[in-house]
Amino acid sequence: MKEDKQTQKTSQNGRVSRRAVLTGAAGAVGASVLGLKTRTASGQDRGADVSPGHPATEVGTRSSFEQPKRMPGGFVSRTPLQDLHGAITPADLHFERHHSGVPAIDPRTYRLLVHGLVERPTVFTLTDLKRFPAVSRICFLECSGNLGRQGAEKTRPQELCGLTSQSEWTGVMLSTLFREVGARPEAKWFLAEGQDAAVMTRSIPIEKASDDAMIAYAQNGEPLRPEQGYPVRLLLPGFEGNSSVKWLRRLDLAAQPFMTREETSRYTDPLADGTARQFSFVMDARSVITSPSYPQTIEPGWMEIRGIAWSGRGKIQRVEISTDGGKMWSRAVLQGPVLPKAHTRFGLMWKWNGAPAVIMSKAVDETGYAQPDWTALQSVRGRRTRYHQNPITGWKVGADGQVLFAIERVS
Amino acid sequence: MKDGMRRLTILMLAAFGTVSSTAQSPPARFGLGQPAPADLIGAWDIAVMPDGKGLPPGKGTSAAGAAIYAAQCAMCHGAKGEGGTADALVGPEPKAFAPFGPQYEKSRGDARDVPFTIGNYWPYATTIFDYIRRAMPPNAAGSLKADQIYSLTAFLLAKNGIIAENAVIDARTLPAVMMPARNRFVPDDRAGGPKVR
Repeated sequence: MKEDKQTQKTSQNGRVSRRAVLTGAAGAVGASVLGLKTRTASGQDRGADVSPGHPATEVGTRSSFEQPKRMPGGFVSRTPLQDLHGAITPADLHFERHHSGVPAIDPRTYRLLVHGLVERPTVFTLTDLKRFPAVSRICFLECSGNLGRQGAEKTRPQELCGLTSQSEWTGVMLSTLFREVGARPEAKWFLAEGQDAAVMTRSIPIEKASDDAMIAYAQNGEPLRPEQGYPVRLLLPGFEGNSSVKWLRRLDLAAQPFMTREETSRYTDPLADGTARQFSFVMDARSVITSPSYPQTIEPGWMEIRGIAWSGRGKIQRVEISTDGGKMWSRAVLQGPVLPKAHTRFGLMWKWNGAPAVIMSKAVDETGYAQPDWTALQSVRGRRTRYHQNPITGWKVGADGQVLFAIERVS
Repeated sequence: MKDGMRRLTILMLAAFGTVSSTAQSPPARFGLGQPAPADLIGAWDIAVMPDGKGLPPGKGTSAAGAAIYAAQCAMCHGAKGEGGTADALVGPEPKAFAPFGPQYEKSRGDARDVPFTIGNYWPYATTIFDYIRRAMPPNAAGSLKADQIYSLTAFLLAKNGIIAENAVIDARTLPAVMMPARNRFVPDDRAGGPKVR
């Protein structure tokens, strides 16, 4: 039945659409590939396998028809945003960025040292950390260097901004831990140090600890993935990913920042006037349309323009979508719940008439900040800024339905 | 009626009283974790601060650093620190407050060809020591001894024209080195709202 409908649709259009190939494959072609028998002994075609499928398993797997993949290269891998739905990133597709590879840390010998300007320098085991009140929150993590493959038309959302992902994180509030060790009032910063081969460090203002910083040991309901800091990481909602130090082994409370390499020569923003912005932690509002996007080819008619929007400063207030290259903007529907410092899914139904179009999205957050276009961003930042680039981007749709990255030159 | 209400109130208080005696209000401290052993803090706390706190005994010179650099660093950072598979380390231009932006670009062609280096973009000399000790060389992090790290630091500072070739770098002299990029850095002025910064 389903196959018939699909065939009909294909012949009406006069050509085989990508969609027909994909969905049709799951029915007719899929059955023969898997060697399923749908015809019974009496000759009746049940349209379903006549023998039982595989029994229950200890650990589930993806359908063999679905193969979303990160795009790894050295010490970085990008999330396939174009393959995802909703707001949560499957943990095995969460982006990675590390400076010296993923360490293997035994949770039985793991220790977190908290010292410096505290009343009681203390060592916590993983068991200790799990005895504190547990808190869970959903938030995005984004690398501040999240603008990729500039200029090329054949850029997918994954290359463009796949260094952002979202999880539900569980752990203990850092404020709880700092109360436990007796943080002294003269402590204004704390150093967070990883247990990776580079023992990477960042200095964080103490206010973040009393605000919403967490020590996380779980991600989407299970222990952290090694790539995300197993067994324990720092989690600073809304801040650039690098500061949420993974494989966390040490917190050193101090009166001054430590001026580590990652907060001086890296992760700073050189501006046009010769100065460089330092400790620029917060990720400004941004959005990206994940569908339609390269490498899709679309058909005329109704479809939903979909994407994600997020802001490190709070909730997304609204997302606007243009289908004419930025002349007219319409308000997209936000999928609730709209959480602060979280990827928010948006959508807008669009009837494509078959004429060339450029579709773009613009996020506005609850502070009133609107995602700027590339020219506006470059005019205030200059040309050498390497981090915190959040320009409006879009996709151009050709008369043939092919979707390509729309910004010709963003660097 | 009044009595009935009072009796109900007393019953409710008793009920809530029972609940709150089981779920105790949390204390300021839970008493979890163990006092940190001094030897653990000593082994792990290798951070160096801009005022020199954390710098170990020892010393080094650019001449001694040149040999270590050639053997352990040049293959990635280039023979003269000009960069290779890893970052450029040497390059004093643009100086002091000169921007990496349009003005500088005009006089040099394309500013994107000018790398960020220790000479033009590192605000604190102590960071060089801290980072080398922490992370370099990448395949054997933590293998260099204090004198070797002081020497490499001296070499990189001298090649950038920041200290004299014969200067001795140690826990006293390193924090006193004034880096050309020291005053380049300004606090983040972005704060949300309609203005793009």
